[in-house]
Amino acid sequence: MTTVDHTRHDAHHAPTGHASPDDIHVHKSTSFYVKVAAALALVTAVEVGLYYLDIGKLFLPALLILMVVKFVTVVSLFMHLRFDNRLFSWLFYSGLFLAVIVYLIALLTFRVFDPTT
Amino acid sequence: MSEATLTETPTPDDDGVVETADHGTHIEYTDDHGHPETTTGLSNNKLGMWLFLGSECLLFGGLISTYMLYRGRHTGTPGPAQLWDIPLTSVSSFVLLMSSLTMVLAVSAAQQRDDRQTIVWLSVTALLGSTFVGAQVYEFTSFYHEGVGFTTSLFSSSFFTLTGFHGIHVTVGIILLMSLVGIISRSEVPGDKAEVVELIGLYWHFVDIVWIVIFTLVYLIPA
Repeated sequence: MTTVDHTRHDAHHAPTGHASPDDIHVHKSTSFYVKVAAALALVTAVEVGLYYLDIGKLFLPALLILMVVKFVTVVSLFMHLRFDNRLFSWLFYSGLFLAVIVYLIALLTFRVFDPTT
Repeated sequence: MSEATLTETPTPDDDGVVETADHGTHIEYTDDHGHPETTTGLSNNKLGMWLFLGSECLLFGGLISTYMLYRGRHTGTPGPAQLWDIPLTSVSSFVLLMSSLTMVLAVSAAQQRDDRQTIVWLSVTALLGSTFVGAQVYEFTSFYHEGVGFTTSLFSSSFFTLTGFHGIHVTVGIILLMSLVGIISRSEVPGDKAEVVELIGLYWHFVDIVWIVIFTLVYLIPA
């Protein structure tokens, strides 16, 4: 169940008329959040299970994919970035992508991912 | 749907003199929570928090990269394979993940203006956060007893710096949560209460997502 609260920024009353319909409070039911948390716990259990199982070359990509799934789920649903104004997404993800690119280049320079070094 | 309120507030001129309504007034639009509308239509506090979290990605990116670079540098001293206690770390990861659930329930309760539920969920979140920090202190202590201190090797230095910085962030979050519980109990929250809870919630969730990355890259993926 989702209810939307438009009380915070009403475009009709904003002096500049820039109020965005995206900047709103999103209320989801408790059961929705519990289901998301249960899914996250399940993914964590799968991650730990993979640590003890031998799945060969699939191990690394599987763990990285599960990590990204958990990360995006928390950011999108618990931090409400999916329902919020896109400017917030730009601010956060630009910092994140900048960090990933800069440090990937740094690690590649030091040949961290080269098994022969 | 609520109406925005229009207030007329005398403003000081360049000399700091407040003129009366006869000579001019500053008209300030406020929403139903009492804070002024912004040119973007978005809350400046929330904008600032997201900008801060974006910059925090760079901080933790640097710490994680440094650990990745030095995780194999522990010649003659215990390394990750000898030290990690995956069951303990898995449980503490689960605890921190569940604290994100209780935090989002606190935000939801605050938006519905239910102070009692907000206080309950914030307190549970702080308790879960304290459990996580306790597990981290236990882990650090056990590593120390096994002869691995901060300056033992490049691996240990980068590991303690990374997880220590994260632990400090969790501790700051707990202090923020408990402070919020205190000021909500006294009904002394300045401005929009739901927004204050939401901002601290964003910080708390960020601490959780950083641990999601650390748990996988540091603990689960072998060096």
